[in-house]
Amino acid sequence: MKSVLVRDPLSLFPRIGDWLEPQGARLLVKSGRVELGQGIDAALIRIAAAETGLPHGAIAALPAATHLSPNEGFTAGSLSITVSGLAVRQAAAALRSLAIATAAEIRGCAADALSIRDGHILQTGEDTGLDLLGLAQGLDLSTLVRETPVIDTPRNGAVPDTRPDLRARIAGAPFLQDIAMDGLLHGRVIHPPNVPAQLIAVDEAALAARPGVVKVVRDGAFLGLLTEVEWHAVRAAEWAAAHVTWQYEDNAPDDVRDALRTSNVPPELSLEEGDAPDAGARRVETTASRPYISHGSIGPSAAIALWQKDRLQVWCHSQGIFPLRNAMAEALGLAPESVEITFVPAAGCYGHNGADDAAMDAALLARAVPGRPVRVQWSRADEFGFAASGAAMVVEAEAFLDADGRIAGMVVRPRSAPHMNRPGSGGHPNLRALSLIEGGSPPPVPRDLPLASGGGSDRNAAPLYALPYRKVEKRLVDTLPYRTSSLRALGGFANVLAIEALMDDVAAATGTDPIALRLSHLDDPRAQAVIRTVAGMTGPRPSGGDGRGWGIGFARYKNTAGYCAVLADVTVDEDVSVNRIWSAVDVGEAISPDGVANQIEGGILQALSWTLKEAVPVAAGRVTAQTWDDYPILRFSEVPPVTVTVLDRPDDPPLGAGEAAAGPTAGALSNAVRHALGVRIPDLPLNREMIARTLLRG
Amino acid sequence: MTDRHVFDLTVNGVPRRVEAEPDMPLLYVLRDLMGERETRFGCGDGLCGACTVIVDGRAAEACDLPVSAVAGPVETAASLTGPAGDHPILDALLSRNAGQCGYCLSGIAMRAKAFLEVTPGASRAEIARALDRNLCRCGAHNRILDALEQAAAQMEGTA
Repeated sequence: MKSVLVRDPLSLFPRIGDWLEPQGARLLVKSGRVELGQGIDAALIRIAAAETGLPHGAIAALPAATHLSPNEGFTAGSLSITVSGLAVRQAAAALRSLAIATAAEIRGCAADALSIRDGHILQTGEDTGLDLLGLAQGLDLSTLVRETPVIDTPRNGAVPDTRPDLRARIAGAPFLQDIAMDGLLHGRVIHPPNVPAQLIAVDEAALAARPGVVKVVRDGAFLGLLTEVEWHAVRAAEWAAAHVTWQYEDNAPDDVRDALRTSNVPPELSLEEGDAPDAGARRVETTASRPYISHGSIGPSAAIALWQKDRLQVWCHSQGIFPLRNAMAEALGLAPESVEITFVPAAGCYGHNGADDAAMDAALLARAVPGRPVRVQWSRADEFGFAASGAAMVVEAEAFLDADGRIAGMVVRPRSAPHMNRPGSGGHPNLRALSLIEGGSPPPVPRDLPLASGGGSDRNAAPLYALPYRKVEKRLVDTLPYRTSSLRALGGFANVLAIEALMDDVAAATGTDPIALRLSHLDDPRAQAVIRTVAGMTGPRPSGGDGRGWGIGFARYKNTAGYCAVLADVTVDEDVSVNRIWSAVDVGEAISPDGVANQIEGGILQALSWTLKEAVPVAAGRVTAQTWDDYPILRFSEVPPVTVTVLDRPDDPPLGAGEAAAGPTAGALSNAVRHALGVRIPDLPLNREMIARTLLRG
Repeated sequence: MTDRHVFDLTVNGVPRRVEAEPDMPLLYVLRDLMGERETRFGCGDGLCGACTVIVDGRAAEACDLPVSAVAGPVETAASLTGPAGDHPILDALLSRNAGQCGYCLSGIAMRAKAFLEVTPGASRAEIARALDRNLCRCGAHNRILDALEQAAAQMEGTA
C-alpha cells in the first residue's frame, strides 16, 4: 500500500510553455487540474506568484481545456497540489531563471546582483526598467523545465492567502450555468429510472406541442427536448416525465446493506502481511456500514454543447475533461481531436457526479440542432435519481490481542458496491446516455480501483497501525442495479470508520485510554504528532455515559497522503448533537495554510452530515429521493464549532488535503456516540431511528 | 403561443419591464429574460436557498415565486457591490475566505442581508437559525457564520 501510481506531469509535459503562458500584463497558469471549489486555482496562483516574484494579481489560472492544457486525467485523489502544484512550481522557477539570466546579459551584470519585486527586475535594489512579463514574451518557452538551471534570486515575500475567484462566485456570474451564448437553446432530458432501460411509450407529438418546445429529440430510449425559454423547458420536462413509460430492472433489493452482507461474491485478498495470530487469541470484532450517499452538490449538473459539422465543442464541469473527451468521441463516433472540452466551474464537486453524463446529454441534443449551442440543466430530482451515488459499504473488522492486551493483528473485510464508474472505466465510455441510444451499449461491469491508485473498496482498509499481522479481504458486489461511483475518500470513509471503531472497542475491552492505545500502536512520528496535538487542543473531556461522550478518529489518507486526527464531543439525547470538533492535520508543506484549513473544516462538516444524517433511499431498482426533503443534510443551526490545527512541515512534500478528514470524522463521531451511550451503533446514519433500532435490538 | 403579460419590476434599483407568463418564477425572469445571473438555480422546490433574493425587504426563494406575485423592489447579490464599495456582508465573506465553491453564497448573502437589516446585533445562534433554509455542501458554515457575525457588528455600528 506504500506506493501510489502517479504520472509525472513534467515528463509528459516538459516545457515551460506547457504550464505557463505570458499574455499581455498577465501570466496564465495552464494546469490540467480543474477548480472544483476546492481552491486549486488560488493555490496554483500562489505557487506561481511566490516563484516568479510577480504580484498575485498579475497571475490568472486558465480554466483547463482539452485543446489548451496539459492532460492530467482526473482531478481526484487529493493529488492536485502534490502533482500539478509541484510541476507549476518548477516551471515558474525555470521561467524566473530564464528571465534573470536574460536580464543579466542585457545589463552585463552577474545574475546574483538581480532581484524581482512585483514583477520588476532590480539591480542592487534599483529598478532596471526590465520586467519579468516583458522579458518572458521574448523567451523561448519551449525550453525544458528540468534542463533550465535554477537561479534563486530574492523576490516578493508573503503572497496573500486568498481566493481571488470568490467575489464573482458571490456577486457575479462565473458559473457554467451563467454563460450567455448567441442562439442558446435550453435542453432537458427525460431520464429513465435506471439504465439500461426501454422507452415503452411516449406521445412525442403531444410533447412537441407543449408550450415553447421547439424540438423533441428521440434516439432509442434517449428522450430530450429543446426550448428557447428556460422555464418552458422546465415545464415540458415535468410534463414528459409524468407521461412516459419505461421498462427497466426493478427486481432489486431495497435493503442494500443486507444485500452486501449476504452476497456470495468470493473474497479477494488485497493484502496479507506478517504472521497470523494464534487461533486461540482473544478477539474483538466490530462492524461498520454506510448506505448510499448522495454527492448533494447545491447546483445540479449542467453542460453546454455546440455541434458544427464534424466538430463538437463542450463546456462542462467534469472532473476529467480529457477522459471525458475520449469517452464522448468513442460514444459519438468522432475522432478525439474533433471533440473540444473546456472546463467551467459549477457548484462544489466531491467526486463523480452527473457532470459527465450531462455533457453527453447536451451533445446528443446539440447533434439535433447543428450550429446552435444547447445548455442542459439537470433538475434536483435528476441529480438525486440519475447521478451515481457514493457506494454503500459494510465493513467487518477484527483485532487479535496478545497476552499483554496488545493488538497482534487486524483483519478488515470491506464489502462494497463499486467506486469506479467514471468515463472510460471498464474500457467503455461509461456514459449513462450511451446505454439508451440506438446502437449504444449497456454500462460495463464495474471494476475496483487498484491499490496502486489508492484502492477503491479497500482504500485505507489496511490499518496504518504498526501490527505484527494485517490482512484485508474485500468483496466488490457489482450485482445491484443502483449506479455508484467515486465520492470523496471512496472506501476510505467506511474502512477508517471500522478500524477506528475497532480501536475504541479494543480500548474498552482492555481498559485502555483510546488515545494511549493508538499512540502505543503507531511507529510513525507524524501520525503520533497529529494525535498528540488534537488531544492537547480540547481541555478536559467528558467522562462518558449519561448521554455525553467524546471520541477520536485518525487516519493517513490512502496510507500515503495527509495525516488527520479528529476529536468530537457529543451529546446524545434522542438525536446526536455535536458540541465541538477539533482536528490536527499534517499535509506536509501547506502551500495555502488557509486553503488547507478550509478543506479540513469542510471535509469534517460534510463527513459529519454523512455520518449523522444521510442515506439515499432506494426501492425497486430506483433512487426514490426527489427533493431535499427526502435527503436531509446538515443545516446551519446544527453546525458545531470546529477548530483545526495545521502542523507546519515546510520541508516535507505537500500531500493534499481534500479527503483527509472524512474517515477520521466518522470514526470520532461513532466513538463519541459509543462513549455517550455505552453501546456501539454500527450502521450509519447515527440518527434517531438508527439509534432506537440498535438499542431495541439489544 | 402562451399567455404572456407585461410586468414592471425594479431590480437593484433599476426599473425593468418584461413579458412573461404569470406563473414563470422570478428566478427564470431574472436569469433567462433579464440576464441577471447572479441568482442561482439550486433545487426549484424552495428547499435549498441558493436562489434567495430580497423582495420588498424580505428574503424570498426566487425559484418558486411566480413573477405575478412579486410585490415590491427586488434585490439580488449584484447589489452587494458597486461604485460606493462593497456591502459589509460581501466584504466580510471575502476577507475570511468564507466559501469553497461559493454556489450557495449569493443566496446566503441575501438571506443574511434581509435578516440583519431587521435584526441588528443578532447573535451567532440567531444568524445560524435564520440561515437554516440555506444549504451549504462544502462545509463552509463556520466561516460564513464568522463573516456574518462580523458584518452584523459593522451593520449595527453604521445603522
